[in-house]
Amino acid sequence: MTNCPTLIVTVGLPARGKTYISKKLTRYLNWIGVPTREFNVGQYRRECVKIYKSFEFFRPDNEEGLKIRRQCASAALNDVRQYLTEEGGQVAVFDATNTTRERRETIIQFAEQNGFKVFFVESVCEDPDVIQENIVVSLGSPDYTNCNTEEAVEDFMKRIKCYENSYETLDEVLDRDLSFIKIMDVGQRYLVNRVLDHIQSRIVYYLMNIHITPRSIYLCRHGESELNVKGRIGGDSGLTPRGKEFGKKLSNFIQSQGISDLKVWTSQMKRTIQTAEALNVPYEQWKVLNEIDAGVCEEMRYEEIQDNYPLEFALRDQDKYRYRYPKGESYEDLVQRLEPVIMELERQENVLVICHQAVMRCLLAYFLDKTAEELPYLKCPLHTVLKLTPVAYGCKVESISLNVDAVNTHRERPEVGITTYNHTTTQPQLMQQQLH
Amino acid sequence: HRPSGYFTGFCNSPTMIVMVGLPARGKTYISKKLTRYLNWIGVPTKMFNVGQYRREAVKIYKNFEFFKPDNEEAMRILSLFTHILQACASAALKDVAVYFTKEQGQVAVFDATNTTRERRLIIISFAKERGYKVFFVESICDDPEIIAENIKQVKFGSPDYVDRDIEEANEDFIQRIECYKASYMPIDDDKDRKLSYIKIFDVGSRYLVNRVQDHIQSRIVYYLMNIHVTPRSIYLSRHGESELNLLGRIGGDSGLSPRGQKYANALAAFIKGQNISDLKVWTSHMRRTIQTAEALGVQYEQWKALNEIDAGVCEELTYEEIQENFPEEFALRDQDKYRYRYPKGESYEDLVHRLEPVIMELERQENVLVVCHQAIMRCLLAYFLDKPADELPYLRCPLHTVLKLTPVAYGCKVEPFFLNIEAVNTHRERPVVSFHKHTFVIIDTYLCQLLELWCITYLNGAPLLSSTCSECFAAAASLVLVRPAAYRG
Repeated sequence: MTNCPTLIVTVGLPARGKTYISKKLTRYLNWIGVPTREFNVGQYRRECVKIYKSFEFFRPDNEEGLKIRRQCASAALNDVRQYLTEEGGQVAVFDATNTTRERRETIIQFAEQNGFKVFFVESVCEDPDVIQENIVVSLGSPDYTNCNTEEAVEDFMKRIKCYENSYETLDEVLDRDLSFIKIMDVGQRYLVNRVLDHIQSRIVYYLMNIHITPRSIYLCRHGESELNVKGRIGGDSGLTPRGKEFGKKLSNFIQSQGISDLKVWTSQMKRTIQTAEALNVPYEQWKVLNEIDAGVCEEMRYEEIQDNYPLEFALRDQDKYRYRYPKGESYEDLVQRLEPVIMELERQENVLVICHQAVMRCLLAYFLDKTAEELPYLKCPLHTVLKLTPVAYGCKVESISLNVDAVNTHRERPEVGITTYNHTTTQPQLMQQQLH
Repeated sequence: HRPSGYFTGFCNSPTMIVMVGLPARGKTYISKKLTRYLNWIGVPTKMFNVGQYRREAVKIYKNFEFFKPDNEEAMRILSLFTHILQACASAALKDVAVYFTKEQGQVAVFDATNTTRERRLIIISFAKERGYKVFFVESICDDPEIIAENIKQVKFGSPDYVDRDIEEANEDFIQRIECYKASYMPIDDDKDRKLSYIKIFDVGSRYLVNRVQDHIQSRIVYYLMNIHVTPRSIYLSRHGESELNLLGRIGGDSGLSPRGQKYANALAAFIKGQNISDLKVWTSHMRRTIQTAEALGVQYEQWKALNEIDAGVCEELTYEEIQENFPEEFALRDQDKYRYRYPKGESYEDLVHRLEPVIMELERQENVLVVCHQAIMRCLLAYFLDKPADELPYLRCPLHTVLKLTPVAYGCKVEPFFLNIEAVNTHRERPVVSFHKHTFVIIDTYLCQLLELWCITYLNGAPLLSSTCSECFAAAASLVLVRPAAYRG
């Protein structure tokens, strides 16, 4: 995407969501294929100062504390340099308060020396409720494992005070030559200055679309389809009776969840639409949610593919993420076409996405921060709903099987090297299919 | 078949985009560009330029005296003029309401100065009464060079200055701006914190975005933050003639024919001759565009999104074969070429959706050469030249011709360069005929008798329609799709 690596630098008082933003941004960039890593200076400090005593460490007149903190920042920057110049990193997210102009100037010089572009992300918030919520998350940190909540909150508030006096917010006049986004009151308002390139533009767009309103995302596949039971991939078949049963059970399940204002999305393929129809609510069809296009292998069974395209079959097992079916798509292509879905999922609140195996794997990988290597092997069985609820820095997953039998369409990652496929005869009554 | 979910939630409230800013701050430029973009991605949008209404109302435009506040007579005229302006704004708002309620409009771009809070409040209550969302776009600029450039670029095309001397017109215009400045109240970040808006400072070096309400506003903000006004050119070209082109077959992934290779070389020479600084070159993932770019001897970037339209079951067939094997599909395609989706393939509408990130990146970039395909090039061209969906699939994009697009004033200048290397013609004209508001679809290569009343012939791609009886013709006009197979013989 770009030649110059980019250094994203967070700015803001404690409990303003910097780490939340850093982790989320890192997850998003990696998912779309931009090698990104976050460097949390607090982590380095924890390595250095094994036991956290109290907020006193952060007092501006604590020489010893200051020295250690500067060293930690340097150590982190060193690792940033290594990641971006020697380890193929494209973006590094430097997560720290960086609340003084002096500190930021040091970072800018570091970046200049190494040929990195710098983009600041500042989070400014004065809403006491939001800050309170954030503090609760911060209290999950190793610093406070042995404190009771009241003590911890008090200490944390004093910690914030230590930074407040010397806080120099990014200024539209004084800092007019810097590239930055200032996020105010959790996204009510943004100030964006000097976006230099494509990746910064994408980052700004992403940051402007995320929110922290509690909600849940439900992911499931269509009900079992005719082609599923035949062991054939792709195509555009309708639901089997069991698949229709799933539709009904899904409807009951959704109602029992008591979700306010649920949006329902499907692909433009019969099997997801038929599943949604059973819910009796309005739903929206997205072509980009269509299953991966298996090109010349559409509607074949895996045995047929192995017989007719043995080389292709082997290549796919070698690199399932990047392998593109002839005249078809790869998982990598899927991720690209699903990006607008992810962006809109970020904007929305409660959503049920009825999709397909490969598509669901891609979406799941985004929410659970799975690598490209893991993504094509994530388990997404039929007739099972995954309920994703954002919590702290990540996502809670609840797997709910709706108790309707279905064939198993999952193929495990093959053993090392080129595999010989183990043929099994499939009988019409067979519930489970081996090695799929 | 329900409408596609490309834009969620936009089917609810219509949205008014309200421009704010002194004259010569690019409001009309932004309005037109935004309108063009939204229509291209499929959001019905219309621009309402209050200046247009004013020009209608005040047929003869004398001079800036109209605007000067320090002259009693002029003050009276100014007050009269203000009333006229208000009346014009009201007329425009009425038309906005008609557009939303009767014409299925989704977004209205209200292009006027709207520089006072009072004026904006009128618009806000108008919208609130009717359940429209409002999003303000304010352009703030104090750089005299930029303002001078804006005035030069667009004002001299304006009907207001048609018979005027340039110097005089410039003076006049500057005075006009001064009159507005006195009463200009920019959107206030504190008092107006409940409004949804974006402030654009100095042509995009800085933005302030407040309370984005929904998907469409988020897309608008993203678009506005990616456009720029730096002069540059975009070159669009198809790959050189391919082997499948020569065989009259569509789609596929063949290499270049010898003439195609010649074109690639000619393209290289042409590009060199254009002396472009820092040119980016983009191709698709298909061999014919890659081979074409290879001849340029420079770095190029491959975009899968630039691949030709997927013709699904019709891939690598000739049009005759399609007509033979899929007559109904063939007819359907001619009926609505923009929305028609090949079985297991794509439609032009799908193409536009997948090309949107390409357009966004083209907006960000400066000089770019895009080596692509016929359907792709039509979509891109339709965006730059503001062609509607029903014209898009019939735009002419012949092989071996480079189109140089240069933004100018409110639009785009197009220069075609045919590089003098012969190639087959892959263009299919729009079939005739629209008759009695129904479109006849010509789907059979054979002479056939329909309803024993009239004949339709379709020969060598040139459809003819004839009837000996106008009544019968009218009867046939009530049919949307004609299936001669049942009547052959």
